Amino acid sequence: MSDQTNTAAFNYAQTINAMDQRPVSDSGIEGHSPLHHADLAAMAKAQQASTGTVELTELKLRGHIVLRGKLESSAFTQGVESVLGLALPGTLKMVVNGDISIRWISPDEWLVVVPGERTFEIEQALVNAMQGHCAIVNVSGGQTILRLAGSDVQKVLQKSAPIDVHASKFPVGKVVTTVFAKTQAIISRTGDQEWELVIRRSFSDYVWLWLQDCCAEFSLVVRED
Amino acid sequence: MTQQNRLNSGGRITRDSQINFSYNGKSYPGFVGDTLASALLANGVDIVGRSFKYSRPRGIVAAGAEEPNAIMQLGATEETQVPNVRATQQELFNGLVANSTNGWPNVDFDMMETFGKVGGKMMPPGFYYKTFMYPQSMWDTYEKYIRKAAGLGRSPLENDPDRYDHYNQHADIVIVGAGPAGLSAALVAARSGARVIIADEQSEFGGALLHSTELIDGEPADQWVAKVVAELATFSDVLMLPKSTVNGYHDHNFLTIHERCTDHIADRAPKNTSRQRMHRVRTNWVVLATGAHERPLVFANNDVPGSMLASAVSTYINRYAVVPGKQLVLMTTNDNAYSAAFDWKAAGREVVAIVDTRKQGGGVAVTEKAKSLGIKVITGSAVVEAQGSKRVTGVSVAGLNDAGDKVIGAVSQLSCDTVASSGGWSPAIHLSCHTGSRPTWNEDVIGFLPGETVQKQLTAGAINGAFDLASCLAQGTAAGIDAVQNAGLTVAGDSAAASAEQVDVNKPMALFHIPHPKSTSRAPKQFVDLQNDVTAAGIELATLEGFESIEHVKRYTAMGFGTDQGKLGNINGMAIAAKSMNKSIPETGTTIFRPNYTPITFGAIVGRNCGGLFDPERYSSMHQWHLENGALFEDVGNWKRPWYFPQAGETMQQSLERECLAVRESAGVLDASTLGKIDIQGPDAREFLGRVYTNAWAKLGIGKCRYGLMCGEDGMVFDDGVTACLAENHFVMTTTTGGAARVLEWLEIYHQTEWPELDVYFNTVTDHWSTITVTGPNSRKILEQVVDDIDISNEAFKYMDWKAATVQGVPARIFRISFTGELSFEINVQANYGMRIWKAVMEKGAAFNLTPYGTETMHILRAEKGFIIAGQDTDGSVHPYDLGMGWAVSPKKPFSFIGKRGMNREDCVKENRKQLVGITTKDPKVVIPEGAQAVNDPNEPIPMTMLGHVTSSYYSACLGHSIAMAYIRNGHNRMGETIYYPLADGRVVEAQICSPIFLDPKGERQNV
Amino acid sequence: MFYIYCPHCEEHREEEEFHASGEAHIPRPLDPESCTDKEWGEYMFFRTNPRGIHHELWVHAIGCRKFFNITRDTQTYEIKEVYKIGEKPTITAASVTAAKEV
Repeated sequence: MSDQTNTAAFNYAQTINAMDQRPVSDSGIEGHSPLHHADLAAMAKAQQASTGTVELTELKLRGHIVLRGKLESSAFTQGVESVLGLALPGTLKMVVNGDISIRWISPDEWLVVVPGERTFEIEQALVNAMQGHCAIVNVSGGQTILRLAGSDVQKVLQKSAPIDVHASKFPVGKVVTTVFAKTQAIISRTGDQEWELVIRRSFSDYVWLWLQDCCAEFSLVVRED
Repeated sequence: MTQQNRLNSGGRITRDSQINFSYNGKSYPGFVGDTLASALLANGVDIVGRSFKYSRPRGIVAAGAEEPNAIMQLGATEETQVPNVRATQQELFNGLVANSTNGWPNVDFDMMETFGKVGGKMMPPGFYYKTFMYPQSMWDTYEKYIRKAAGLGRSPLENDPDRYDHYNQHADIVIVGAGPAGLSAALVAARSGARVIIADEQSEFGGALLHSTELIDGEPADQWVAKVVAELATFSDVLMLPKSTVNGYHDHNFLTIHERCTDHIADRAPKNTSRQRMHRVRTNWVVLATGAHERPLVFANNDVPGSMLASAVSTYINRYAVVPGKQLVLMTTNDNAYSAAFDWKAAGREVVAIVDTRKQGGGVAVTEKAKSLGIKVITGSAVVEAQGSKRVTGVSVAGLNDAGDKVIGAVSQLSCDTVASSGGWSPAIHLSCHTGSRPTWNEDVIGFLPGETVQKQLTAGAINGAFDLASCLAQGTAAGIDAVQNAGLTVAGDSAAASAEQVDVNKPMALFHIPHPKSTSRAPKQFVDLQNDVTAAGIELATLEGFESIEHVKRYTAMGFGTDQGKLGNINGMAIAAKSMNKSIPETGTTIFRPNYTPITFGAIVGRNCGGLFDPERYSSMHQWHLENGALFEDVGNWKRPWYFPQAGETMQQSLERECLAVRESAGVLDASTLGKIDIQGPDAREFLGRVYTNAWAKLGIGKCRYGLMCGEDGMVFDDGVTACLAENHFVMTTTTGGAARVLEWLEIYHQTEWPELDVYFNTVTDHWSTITVTGPNSRKILEQVVDDIDISNEAFKYMDWKAATVQGVPARIFRISFTGELSFEINVQANYGMRIWKAVMEKGAAFNLTPYGTETMHILRAEKGFIIAGQDTDGSVHPYDLGMGWAVSPKKPFSFIGKRGMNREDCVKENRKQLVGITTKDPKVVIPEGAQAVNDPNEPIPMTMLGHVTSSYYSACLGHSIAMAYIRNGHNRMGETIYYPLADGRVVEAQICSPIFLDPKGERQNV
Repeated sequence: MFYIYCPHCEEHREEEEFHASGEAHIPRPLDPESCTDKEWGEYMFFRTNPRGIHHELWVHAIGCRKFFNITRDTQTYEIKEVYKIGEKPTITAASVTAAKEV
């Protein structure tokens, strides 16, 4: 049992079931992001001319792929690097290459975010590149990303999360999973005044409501993805 | 109205902007810069409340957080009512509406006063316990009046319209208190580049310097404060928080700071701003520079309005340009308080005398100054009694013996309207106590000092018993340097302490309780705790009655129980208790202060976690459809699940019956997205499942699903669900909606701590998939309309199989599993497409009367089949055999799965356990309430022998009678027997034990 | 509110990110079937609840989801050390007593 499989390298792809979960590209079928019914697009249109101290963009319908594996396994680390062109980031780090990013989640877990239409292509490439025990899980439907940019974002985060967001403790390129209001978020700093929150689908309405309330004293503007 | 006590010049008020406020329905003028207290005093308002027990008139005593009497109800409207605000801390604004809280029917004429005066002698400590206990039947009557007479403010009857919020802060150094010590520390820390938070409860920084006449570095103290504040403001990493009380000092240097952002502006916060804010601060180091509270002296009738703290007199004169009277008598045990008399004199009013309890009197400096001002100083004496009822009219002065515990010589009378007293200073050690540190008594300081602590904490200034300005400045600077270095930073910039003149003083006298010519028990009342009407005699009585521990004395007398937490009275009370027991103060010990330092509003505690943000609401991707189609919702964990979908004019029962019959006769559809879903991968996934589920998983083939029960190590069921084998090493587990997070953590704890050698990964995919359950005899026909590509006939797609398919163009996994007992398909699509597929299914299903149903209908449908719901039909005390689900246990598995050993404990295998059975009532229409207890004999005298309770109970429309699932002792062996449910309303329901599978016992309907 | 160093995230985090999971170092008996009821009862229900040094199992629930151990003083609430699953504490009640005696 485990003693054998631990040592044996096996073809990962043959042991799991990965499926393309998106309709074929010419089907004309569009997905609904978690905040679809909040109609952020209409707000963005109405606010086109305004500037805000908190600018919110839902980075919707991206491909979210969870990677689980051991750093000691070179098959795993090299497999990822060969497919994504990015090395797996270390503790609390996020790396970005164009429209692909990797967030460290835990010592054996990373979140890969890719363009939505390339999700299965990349997932399959990762699956095919793997040998031995690991896990690759498409979670694209279960979460979304909110980008917050502006001079008051740090204050919004201070109101919402217990983590220290001061630049000396939370520099650009850092990522943490932490409490956000009464739910949780994967928070990364992508610029001096730019942050990204990965939030769970079922909590997205709550987070949106929270952010609006939190930003009452600031100037919140919605931007189109 | 004139402000008859207002000086024409001086003070930190803005005279050119007069504002008006209302107190007890009457309008008064004041100035920007006033507190409510200073404005009341300026207008000559003597009485601000009635005392708690004796209903005596009370006036303003202090000028800060320690004020026990001026406790106000604020608010111009019902929704903005705020109770228990200290007038001394409330900044005045135009339109402020204040009412006194004690006093019925009003503070000037109080019904209780008569009772208090007459009954005073009859109201010793414990009076309420002793008197109103009997007869018990009268308590309701007593209570009504006691509450009315005692009232300390009331809560608003309408929702607070203002916004409150929380702010998480992190710092290298937090400095509590912005007096000379705190500001000095902050300056060093700021210049060294530290992240600093400095908070002070007052409206502006400066602490005692705001009313000081001393010089710092040769210039007036307030100018030094202004310079420091200006410099601190230049540092981006320094956060200055005036109007902010550090209310709690918690573990690991976590502090809660209550900032009153707009309380000084208006009755309501300006639009979109937070009225109050709770800062939740984690800091590396803490500097407590909290200062000290002046102690009043305890003498007879020391509560008559016009009796004040000496330092409060100085504060009102120097900071607010208000002289709270005309003729002052000052009693002091120390040099420091002399300045109150000097300030009074400088304000142009009469100082009748300074009564110094020390035989040698004050030091050279104060003695000379008194002389030069022509103020009479009476040494070795004390004010033994005040006269007057609604205002002091005079005092009795007498000589004291050396020990200060006996009156010697003749008693003389002095005429005055104000008597100020000072018994020295008590360091404000409250926050230090919050950390669990026991304070230690210091004879030189005549007070308790902060004790040892495990927190990274420094102290500076008066909290250390350093009561002179030069020491405060020096200690603050030193603490700043230490804090910077301790935080791993380097001291930079000028780190020299500011200087102040050192004045030689005579040693203060340790005196707390002024003796009276009569014994304490016969003398007029000598108040220790003004808010709770605790007297010196009361404390002596408590010790005589055997309450020796200071904690017991406190509780028996209620000393320190008020909203002021005994800031003024506690030390005096302890000293009196100690003396009464012939012990020293350190031997008697002290009570411990706990958070919060001052009362805090619920708004600040709650922050924005209220209304729609009180608790997160989780929605599935079809939630909008449910809303638009009139669903009522049930809370399951944080999820909002459709409960049922009423149609116009339907009762709940009618809706449920319609939904149930639709499923049994044609088809229904349920949003099952909320069930927990865990992706499990790895070569040992199968082995792992075998260890956490009670049944076998070794042979589950790819494409198959299986139901499993999950038990704790005690053998008791805690969750259940269906797990599907997706590929050789790949499974997806479903859990109950409410159990998802717990099950995932359960799997992880066993994997990480017990079986790390098993190669398996668990990932939540609950939110990733939307699950649409189509169930009922016509469900296949509906599926045929929406499934694009696969054969879903019974032959091709068997019960308990899953298949990949394309549904209306969207890739899906379809599980043929059933929780209704009907032919069922669960369509899983990525949640981004959930709404689209739901709508498509609804559209194609219309021809088959496809009926959306909610959790309540689901509960009825599954109960008709006897399927359990973990958490409803289980409660942590039942194992699979109790549930009649032994078929789901495989005791022969090689690994001793979780729960196996537990369910074989002696108690678990004994006879006569409560077992889950079905129940039908004799009258088919009667639905037994859930929770009802069964008995064999309804005529048995109480307490009856109870057999077990009903866990699920419904009216089944398809069966035409009520059904229930219930625990019955030894129920599995009592099929067909009659039992009874005596109900709370007197009815007795006769019922029969049966199998819990009421419908289709052979399971044919789901297998077609 | 504790401030807890997560040995996997390698920084201090607020207590609200963590769940306490009871006393550490209570291994599941390797052969539960051979345990007497008493032995099984002790594994299941009996905990030391000491005054002073205590080893606890915690999980960084809203974080990296990893379990780890904390050595904590139950009187002062001081966290003396954190260590990963499989590691042994360097500070124990015995080591603290020994240090005091020296």
